[in-house]
Amino acid sequence: MTQVFPLLAQFTLALQSGGDGTFWMPPRSSTVAESVDSAFYFIYWISVFFFVGIVAAMVLFVIRYRAKSGRKRKKAPHHNLALELTWTIIPLILVIAIFWWNFKTFANLENPPRGAYEINVTAQKWKWLFTYANGYVTEELHVPAGMPVKLVLRSEDVIHSFYVPDFRIKKDVVPGRFNKVWFEAPEPGEHWILCAEYCGTSHSDMLARLIVHDPQSFEDWLAHADDMYLEMPMAESGQAMFERYGCVQCHSVDGTAGTGPTLKDVFNHEQAMTDGTTVLVDEDYIRESIVDPEAKVVAGYQPVMPTFQGKIKEEQIAWIIAYLKTISEHSPQSEIEAAQSVPEPAGEEGAEGEDQSAEEGETTAKDTAEKDQPAPDDSSESNGGEQGEE
Amino acid sequence: MAEHIETHNEQKNFLNVTSGFKSWFFTLDHKRIGIMYLVAILTMFLFGGILAILVRTELWTPERTIVDADTYNQLFTLHGAVMIFLVIIPGIPAALGNIVLPLLLGAKDVAFPKLNLFSFWLYCAGAIWAVVSIILGSADTGWTFYTPYSAETNTAVTPILFGAFLLGFSSIFTGLNFIVTIHTMRPPGMHWFRLPLFLWSLYATAIIQVLATPVLGITLLLLILERALGIGIFDPALGGDPVLFQHFFWFYSHPAVYIMILPAMGVISELINTFSHKHIFGYRFIAFSSIAIAIFGFLVWGHHMFTSGQSPLASMIFSALTYSVSIPSAIKVFNWLATMYRGNIDLKTPMWWALSFIFLFGIGGLTGLFLASLATDVHLHDTYFVVAHFHYVMMGSAMIAFFGGLHYWWPKFTGRMYSDRWGVIAAIIVFIGFNITFFNQFIIGSQGMPRRYYNYLEEYQFGHQFSTIGGYVMLIGFIIIAVYLAHSLFRGKRAAANPWGGTTLEWTCPSPPTTFNFEVTPVASDPYEHDRVIYDEATDSYRTVDQESVPDGGKHDS
Repeated sequence: MTQVFPLLAQFTLALQSGGDGTFWMPPRSSTVAESVDSAFYFIYWISVFFFVGIVAAMVLFVIRYRAKSGRKRKKAPHHNLALELTWTIIPLILVIAIFWWNFKTFANLENPPRGAYEINVTAQKWKWLFTYANGYVTEELHVPAGMPVKLVLRSEDVIHSFYVPDFRIKKDVVPGRFNKVWFEAPEPGEHWILCAEYCGTSHSDMLARLIVHDPQSFEDWLAHADDMYLEMPMAESGQAMFERYGCVQCHSVDGTAGTGPTLKDVFNHEQAMTDGTTVLVDEDYIRESIVDPEAKVVAGYQPVMPTFQGKIKEEQIAWIIAYLKTISEHSPQSEIEAAQSVPEPAGEEGAEGEDQSAEEGETTAKDTAEKDQPAPDDSSESNGGEQGEE
Repeated sequence: MAEHIETHNEQKNFLNVTSGFKSWFFTLDHKRIGIMYLVAILTMFLFGGILAILVRTELWTPERTIVDADTYNQLFTLHGAVMIFLVIIPGIPAALGNIVLPLLLGAKDVAFPKLNLFSFWLYCAGAIWAVVSIILGSADTGWTFYTPYSAETNTAVTPILFGAFLLGFSSIFTGLNFIVTIHTMRPPGMHWFRLPLFLWSLYATAIIQVLATPVLGITLLLLILERALGIGIFDPALGGDPVLFQHFFWFYSHPAVYIMILPAMGVISELINTFSHKHIFGYRFIAFSSIAIAIFGFLVWGHHMFTSGQSPLASMIFSALTYSVSIPSAIKVFNWLATMYRGNIDLKTPMWWALSFIFLFGIGGLTGLFLASLATDVHLHDTYFVVAHFHYVMMGSAMIAFFGGLHYWWPKFTGRMYSDRWGVIAAIIVFIGFNITFFNQFIIGSQGMPRRYYNYLEEYQFGHQFSTIGGYVMLIGFIIIAVYLAHSLFRGKRAAANPWGGTTLEWTCPSPPTTFNFEVTPVASDPYEHDRVIYDEATDSYRTVDQESVPDGGKHDS
């Protein structure tokens, strides 16, 4: 029905990414998508009607009344009040109908249901971080299906915009205020999260996956989500943290300078600071740079790094340090080996898969995972301070 | 008639009366100032067009094609800023308007010729600052300069802001000049409802220019201060609000959309009327709809912020008010069609541009409904759907009308005809290229492709490659135009005073006019009375006859 342009059928195929998608719209994967799409197609068919009418009249008149220079026909009327009022009032009635239809859907989009499961979203150049009620942080958004989810959006730097085309939702992430957006995905599946507000160099790489679990597997996932890192070599966990916290956006690991200095070959090296002193990069200096970045700034760079105090756990800092040792020359060889080996009970093969970590999660020696289970009703209380805003 | 033309050719006209750089750069003649604007604007259009081609070429593949991400961001920023501030906003009013506004009034010049020259100099100064900004490290903020990104980036934002600030004053002075000229310099017999419709639209435009542009000036100045001194108007860390910038910016920039489209609509009213050889239909509705658009245009800026977190009540009101602009726009389209109905349609080059306009503005206007609507806009905001929509309105409508007007008045101010055949071919190529470029952007946009993306998901590549090809097709069209217009300047057939059968006053003075346009101030009557002009086969042009001497109103064939 929506394939009004048969010539562009090829195009339709190229763009359809799922069975539910139409010629104009991506798959409908949230509860509001249906009503947004029907509002879209309502306007669409009105537009098609008027456009076809206008162009048909235009072509018809050009053919019918085409004349060579100088030819003139009898006079036609200069105006016709009844006709002109008609083509003023009919569009007016139609736009009122369009407005009303959209307003009802918009009211639904803007008002999260009570008791929605709440997740905090932090946007920064050029990364999304999702913080769950138990303090766990991911770079992919995991949500339960069949349950309203409310996101509280916060920006670390400039304006970003949280956009999930499959859900038809978009909300700007504005520094200095908490914006909120909600959705309910009826079915498990995977979707793209895109940044829709221009935010600089890697704006177009600020993508994240959104994974909808069925409710039970979501709880299992959340309970064991962080355990996998406990089973991995410290350096590998550190590399994951290095990416999760967005360090890599400013600090390269291949020697090129970015917004911040490269972290290749810095461990155990002397670095010049902006105040003229020289510092040996050791464990303590790296830790200080993460929790209090402006204390000692490397010469040639601006003090622009945000503090990670309170956002990163101590053992995660230790993992990052272990990772930095592996990418630096002059690190003591024994330490590199220590960092690359799995220190505690996991076997020689290393426990890299999520499956295994989920099984062994309870027994690990580095057991620091939060015990909280996801509880939709509690979450609104634990985030009460933010909810009170605005 | 032939004799008549001979005598004028021997006379000095405004083009050859004096020569040398100074005689142009310090001229007070509105036509010379208009031509200087035209040359400057076409140069900037070439520049902005090259930037567009680079952007489209980069988007051929989902990853790096020819430039890196930072360069790409600078390219689209500069493309937007150049096309908006240096091409489309001054395009019709400052170039075509300057040339024909006094002619349409039967006047010798605008009310303040020195202010007119000064506004051109300000335009040049603004353009120079834009070039300076490129040398200093071109801005990468997007032409919208949203804070806090624009306050933080290390690129040369301040020079281009200052350039836009100067261009704002250029625009204000032109608007002021036009308002005063239309109020005080109408000829005997021209009351307000005998004003040609192009002047109604220029008048409505001028009101917006004078009232809205100062807000842009203040906003850009605040942003310059924010960058230089960290005053904290827009910085949340200092108690400011970045969304406040968006309100300030769109309080100008949405009305600015009507600064761009209203004069275009005025040009189209003239073209449709002249080439249909029939009185315009619904003169008063068209005239009032220009004023209505100018007024409503001030009340809708918040529709750019439906997803910003502004209050839902505000969004609701802005959405409702936005539809109010669609009604007068629709009225104009219906009136143009009614003008063509039972007309005598002569498909000369300018008419092809006018027909293109109706087609493209139809799409551009109707797709605006999706973006004015709350629920659909949330999904479509900041996607390629928006990119396609505003290109249909800005390029597909405003620029198409600019080229239509350029072809319409070209014989008047150059005194030369161009090849009508090549004109029609080029108009059709540009029309086709434009649709190839932008129509599929509606589809990839509604499928979720965000704007200002350097890399993109592979599923959108087909649509992007389609667009890129369309960009090159348009380029071919514009090259053809450049060639035949250049040829026309040197080899073109001499133009008669009224080659098209226009009924407004500019067609009663010689082509090209003398410095002071009219030897005797003409007396105005109904501007669209086609019985007044009759076709003269010998010269393939039209001449004005005394109304009383042609009781039947010219030739009839039905």
